[in-house]
Amino acid sequence: MATFRPHADLPPPATSSGALGWVRQNLFDSPVNGAMTLLALYLLYLAVPPLVDWALIKADWSGSRSEDCSKAGACWVFIGVRLNQFLYGFYPVAEQWRVNLTIALLVAFVLPLFIKRFVLKQWLGAALLVVYPIVAYHLLVGGSFGLVHVETSKWGGLFLTLVIAVVGMVAALPLGILLALGRRAENMPVLKALCVAFIELWRGVPLITVLFMSSVMLPFFLPEDMSFDKLLRALIGVALFESAYMAEVVRGGLQGIPKGQYEAADALGLGYWRATVLVILPQALKLVIPGIVNTFIALFKDTSLVLIIGLFDLLGSIQAANSDTNWLGFSIEGYVFAACVYWVFCFGMSRYSQWLEAKLHTGHKR
Amino acid sequence: MKKRILMTAVSTLTLALAAGAAHAGATFDAVKKKGFVQCGVNSGLAGFSVPDEKGVWKGMDVDVCRAVAAAVFGDSEKVKYTPLTAKERFTALQSGEIDILSRNTTWTVTRDGGLGIGFTGVTYYDGQGFLIKKKLGVKSALKLNGATVCVQSGTTTELNLADYFGVHKMKFKPVVYDTADETVKSFEAGRCDVLTSDQSQLYALRIKLAQPESAVVLPEVISKEPLGPAVRQGDAEWFNIVRWSLFAMLGAEEMGISSKNIDSMKDSKNPDVKRLLGTDVIKHGLGVADDWAYKIVKQVGNYSEVFERNVGMGSPLKISRGQNALWNKGGLQYAPPIR
Repeated sequence: MATFRPHADLPPPATSSGALGWVRQNLFDSPVNGAMTLLALYLLYLAVPPLVDWALIKADWSGSRSEDCSKAGACWVFIGVRLNQFLYGFYPVAEQWRVNLTIALLVAFVLPLFIKRFVLKQWLGAALLVVYPIVAYHLLVGGSFGLVHVETSKWGGLFLTLVIAVVGMVAALPLGILLALGRRAENMPVLKALCVAFIELWRGVPLITVLFMSSVMLPFFLPEDMSFDKLLRALIGVALFESAYMAEVVRGGLQGIPKGQYEAADALGLGYWRATVLVILPQALKLVIPGIVNTFIALFKDTSLVLIIGLFDLLGSIQAANSDTNWLGFSIEGYVFAACVYWVFCFGMSRYSQWLEAKLHTGHKR
Repeated sequence: MKKRILMTAVSTLTLALAAGAAHAGATFDAVKKKGFVQCGVNSGLAGFSVPDEKGVWKGMDVDVCRAVAAAVFGDSEKVKYTPLTAKERFTALQSGEIDILSRNTTWTVTRDGGLGIGFTGVTYYDGQGFLIKKKLGVKSALKLNGATVCVQSGTTTELNLADYFGVHKMKFKPVVYDTADETVKSFEAGRCDVLTSDQSQLYALRIKLAQPESAVVLPEVISKEPLGPAVRQGDAEWFNIVRWSLFAMLGAEEMGISSKNIDSMKDSKNPDVKRLLGTDVIKHGLGVADDWAYKIVKQVGNYSEVFERNVGMGSPLKISRGQNALWNKGGLQYAPPIR
């Protein structure tokens, strides 16, 4: 007796599932895309093998002199020999633990802020803004508590880049918020005019000019025996410059808050400051996280401009090392190293901003 | 037009302020009081001033400052360095941020007269030259008619180049780049036949080639670039110390005194040697110790040692003495007598 025997389930066609299916759907779903894929593969073939060959296979890793490099591939010995200078500048080796400790402290202060259930967040945040800078200043500059004084002219490398970037960011955000609020204060025309003038003045000049003025013109306006620290001048310049940009980013956020929110805050009987701090700013800042981080990333990369005023930041110390007579001809390795370091930091900031956006997501997103 | 007005305003202001600063107290006293020499150097120029792996500054310009410190304090390590870019170097000197500017700076009349500073001497006679591929077989710059020339933009190099080819009625095609690194890379890639720059730099650029032997520096020098240290005007004492620190190194070379044989030279009967080393005390009136020159030569070396160590045969640059040889060996370096 013939019984109905259902045919065993056939697997899905090989061309629409698994790896092959993925390739077909994503890379070869139309003639144009197919051609593009092949072109991209060809370009990768042209670029990647020589790069890997240069950077890894033929590269020289060990040694301590330029003669140890064969010049057939990258000479990472150059980076190795100078690494300490690229990271710390001329900061005395015996005192470098102070830099490390300062960075470790920063991490220790910041990490708990990421933990969701951590209760003392406000206090820790306040300590980060008030206590930490004082501690960091005494640690890095020294001259008190038995620490040796290290002049800022000895600061350099990645450490200096971080100092300029962090100080710039930390100073620019609050200043920028105040400026943005000032610019929107319709009932205080003088304050508004001052804020507008400040923002437009600083936004109207390039950062390189600001640094240049701080380094070249400012000394003329000071008495001869008063020498204003070069790094401090650059820091003030960077902070003021960035605060103007930050102000405009924050203003964008303030304008994006519907009028109803302001009216609701008023209706609750909140005064100006409480309405701003409790209702408006949290929403406005959340709105402009991409803009703020954008400005921060730009600032981080702009710090490399300080090399025109003779400060040895990461790029500056690499350029100085390039002209060492014993190490001539390894500039490409230096620049590749700089690019990698900058990329790691900027990519890190960008990922953090995306994490922050997801965390603060309250269902308004489309 | 607007730019010019602004520039005039700025430079007038600069001059007015610089003039005010120039008379405001003796640099020498201030240096003695603070206990070190603040020296403005290049932030990175092979052979002249560059920090080594340990962050110690090395180079000819650096050694000038060390010599001054040796003369004033008897210790060549009492120097602090301020790395400067070309644009801020004069301000740094005028404003009192540094005591000596020793940063491969060309001595010209406008700088001596117009900037409120004074050059104390010439540490290195430089001049613009040409680097060319050996395989082209050119032996003289006068045979360069129709050549493509790689040159760095915005420098006097570019102007000198045009002048030279114009005077000799030759044609050339400039290929202009922003940095020295780009210039040498394009020379290597064959985008130009000749590379032009100051001779001292040509040797450094040559090392950056994959095959340094494939290129030669032509003998012609088409411009005068006497490089030397400069100080603020208004302190003749300080000016003299910087000037004679260099002369002491030159004098020592002339008399055959080096850092290695100096202690045995102390017994010398030669009156010139005795005066230089301070064993025969003279009234030099420089305001420094009697054995100032001894300290310089002992700690920094004579001119020849400084030259060979930093840019000459003892360094990878291998620059020959040329114009920087002593006057009695066919060069231009000449020190007045120390007596």
